[in-house]
Formats: sequence, structure tokens, C-alpha cells
Amino acid sequence: MLRWLIPLLICALPLRAEEVVLGLSHSEVSITADFDGSELLIFGAVKREAPIMDPPLEVIVTVAGPSTPLTVFRKDRVAGIWINNSGVTMDRAPSFYALASSAPLSDILSRSENLRHDITINRAIRAVGISGRAGSVGEFRDALVRMRTGEGLYQVLDSQVTFREQTLFRTAITMPANLTEGTYTTRIFLIRGQEVVNWTSTPIEVRKVGLERFLFSLSRNQPLLYGLLSLAIAIVAGWGASGLFRMLRNG
Amino acid sequence: MQIYLPIAEVSVNAFLILGLGGLVGVLSGMFGVGGGFLITPLLFFVGIPPAVAVATSTNQIVASSFSALLAHLKRRNVDIKMGWVLLLGGMAGSGAGMVVFNYLKSLGQVDLLVRLCYVVFLGIIGGLMFFEALRALRRAKNGTTPRKRRERKLVHKLPLKMRFRTSGLYISIIPPVVVGFFVGILAAIMGVGGGFIMVPAMIYLLGMPTKVVVGTSLFQIIFVSGFTTLLHATTNHTVDIVLAVLLLVGGVIGAQFGTTIGLKLKAEQLRFLLAALVLLVCGKLALELLLQPSERYSISVYQGH
Repeated sequence: MLRWLIPLLICALPLRAEEVVLGLSHSEVSITADFDGSELLIFGAVKREAPIMDPPLEVIVTVAGPSTPLTVFRKDRVAGIWINNSGVTMDRAPSFYALASSAPLSDILSRSENLRHDITINRAIRAVGISGRAGSVGEFRDALVRMRTGEGLYQVLDSQVTFREQTLFRTAITMPANLTEGTYTTRIFLIRGQEVVNWTSTPIEVRKVGLERFLFSLSRNQPLLYGLLSLAIAIVAGWGASGLFRMLRNG
Repeated sequence: MQIYLPIAEVSVNAFLILGLGGLVGVLSGMFGVGGGFLITPLLFFVGIPPAVAVATSTNQIVASSFSALLAHLKRRNVDIKMGWVLLLGGMAGSGAGMVVFNYLKSLGQVDLLVRLCYVVFLGIIGGLMFFEALRALRRAKNGTTPRKRRERKLVHKLPLKMRFRTSGLYISIIPPVVVGFFVGILAAIMGVGGGFIMVPAMIYLLGMPTKVVVGTSLFQIIFVSGFTTLLHATTNHTVDIVLAVLLLVGGVIGAQFGTTIGLKLKAEQLRFLLAALVLLVCGKLALELLLQPSERYSISVYQGH
């Protein structure tokens, strides 16, 4: 299908000096029972009508998971024990965020373009409410980024996009095993002289399939049935094991 | 072997979870505790989200307790009449506990209060049992038989008396109902079966013989845990059936071995070991509250997909 889609997309786009054409190794990630992470290959080309200009083109690739609101709590010592004393609620924070670029990001992207397109991780996270004695929002956002980076959920891949002849680019993004279901968005930015020249985006569906899908839907749509099923399995397993051991003991 | 859990949305090592289930199963068979107070913190440790860990462990408790209960029923170590009386209080307590739990949740400090509950109750009960069992062990060593105390306790003074043949008791049903109710509240708040509270309460408050206590507490735990599982599945959607199956496969096998080990040990030894275990968990949780945590920040994602 991709083979048909790309020329179609190219035709549909208005004429610009340089345009990005994007391909993905797969547009769907299936979470099966033995899912242990996935590697996503993102590749593409720059389509241009005019000769290559100066300064050279750079490429930024982002992959963002579905955003959810969340609260980051900080523990403080109160009356001798460590308790969640203050928290900052983030309006939305992506469950996954990978940022790959063809050169160190600070060298190729201007502040204003980052603000406009929300490219860096800090821009992808929106903070609003502050409860308790929160110092600065930045401190809490940094903690969130640090923890999620540790889990492989947030990745900054400086100079990890291979960009050949100012035309062909490719990068590989490793998605960890603890992925959340939902629609992920891949964005490609063409940068020249710290300004975004052209960009495009495409969705990637991350879905549970098979037994995973069945159990997940059942737990949401038929919670009572699901609960009773869990209990039935528990009782049958308990009873079965007891019977089995009795048989083993009696010979 | 990695397995992706559909509700928890994390990938875990299947053998690790099987092992955890087995370990807790052995303990539940030995002591007649559901093992919730152990399995919930252990699941946190391997990276299961807390909400899923609490809800799923209640389901696992049903499985390992059921297998252990059958083993005890076979040996006629279950006072079913007492079990029903305790259950009566337990159900009411579990309902009341849920109300309390949701109230604490609205205050935003439910984590701390659950943790404090653990430390306080495990500490008190573990401490009491530890010293009592130590005295009993010393007496057994010295060869002197303990004096049978025949005082008229509160359980004999209250009205509504009932005869419990299996336990050899003729007492008022008010104390067992109150004990059941109290345990039900704690079960709902702490996400445990409540065996570690009920076993000592039955021994020290109701004066039941230790051998009967284990089977009878299992009887009550099964129903209260089952009820709690259904509440979690229908309100929070946090019961992970795949995680539960892994835990219970390990758990039911472990419980059978545990029951056999438990029968070989003396009652005082059992109590001593359980007390040591309870104190160990209590100490670990207390340290977490007292020492500066290596990670001061935590993320709390809003549920609801």
C-alpha cells in the first residue's frame, strides 16, 4: 500500500522548494503476549525541484506516544518521615517520546522554531497546576524526564539520523517493552539555517492483539464477567492443584 | 521468558513471577496467611504498577488460600461455624473499608496512610507474637507445662453466646464479628487478606486453638478477598488476569508444600517464624519511611483510557 501512497502524497502536496517524503518499517506495532519491545525504522527522502542550497539541510525525527495528564510528587521529610509533600500536575505528557536528529539539536534548531513546533521533550510536556509547596515547575518536569529516560520511554538520539547526500535519511528507534496502547505520531522536520523548511507527520498504531486484546476489552466492557472469570480461574487452579497433590501422595 | 501483561501494560519475566507466587504460596500454606502483605510489596519491586499489584494480589490470595483451605478441610482443621461468623463481620468491614479508602484517596495521601497502616499493624502484631512465641519456646525447652489460665475473659461475659465445637469454645459471637469487621476494613484499605491480623486475634482475643485458627482464617480470607477482587475489577479495572495466573500457578504449588511443612513444625515454632517474617516486612517498610529515598520523585498517571 505504501508504494501507492507515496507517489499519491507527493502529487497531493503543494509545490515547495523542498519536501520530505517519509517511510516506516511498519505503521502498526502489535503487542502480543511475548511482546518484548520493537524496533521502528524510519526512512525517507527529500524531494526537491531546485538545486541544493546552502546552508546544508538537517533532519529531526520525533516519535510521540499518546499524552495523558499526570502528577509528579516530591517527597520531603515531615516530622521524621518521608512523605509526598508537594506535587505538580502536568496537563499532558507523552507516554513515549523519542527525538532523533542528524546533528546535535542545539546546533541545528532555533529557540523560536522549537517553541512553534514543540520539538524537544520539555516542550512536549505541558505543566499547569501546582499543589503544595512546589519550588519550580522545571524541577518536577526534569524529574519526570529523568525517570522516564531511565525507563527508556524518553530518548534523545543526537546525531542518530543518517543523512546521505542531503537527500536520503534513515534512523532506528527502539521502543521498549512497557509501551502503552494508542496512536503514536511520527514527525519529520527538515531544518535549514535553524529554521523548519518543511515537515510532515504520520501515525503509528500501537495495539494489543490476540489474547491481550481480548482480555483487555473484556476487562473494560464486561468488568463483572472479567472479575468472576479471574475468581473462577483462581478457584479451579487452587482446587486442581490440591487434587493433583492428593493423587501424587496416594500413589 | 518475557510476557506482556495486558492490564498492567508492562513486560515481565514469567519465571520471576512464578517464583514470587511459589514463595508466597509456601508461606500461606505454612501460616494460614494469604500472603498479601508480602506479595503486594514484592510486585511493586518488580515494576508492576501499584494499583494493579494491589488488585491482582487479592485474586492470587483466593487461589493459594483455596488450595490451602482444602488441605486443612481434609484434616478437619476448619471451624466453619466460626468462619461464617467472622465472614459476617468481614463483608460489612470490607464495604466500610472501601468508603474509608475512597475518602483517603480524595485527601491525596492514600499511599502514606496505607504504608503507615502496614508499619503500625505489622509492628504491633509482629512484636506481640514474637515475644509470646519466644516465651512459649523457652517454656517448651525447660519442660514446664504452661498454666492453663481459666479466667473469665470479656468473650465469656458478653451476651449472644454460641457453641463452637471444632474450637471447643462457648463464647459470645460479638467479639468474632467485631474482629471480622475490623479485618475487613484493613483488607480493603491495605489490599491484603488480613490473615496476619486475624490469626493472632483469634489466638489471643478469642482463645481458639492454633491448629484450627489457620484453616478458619483461610476460610474467611477466601470470601473477603474474592469480594475485594470483584470490587477492584468492576470499579478500577486493575485486575490483571495474566499476572494472576502466573502468580497462582506458582502459589498453589507452593501452598501444598507449605501446608506439609506447617504440619511438621510445632505451633510455637510456627508463631515464632511468622512473627519474625512480619517484623522483617515491617522493618523494611519503616526504613523506607525514615531514610531518605534514593528517588524523591514519583509519577502518578491518571487512570482511564
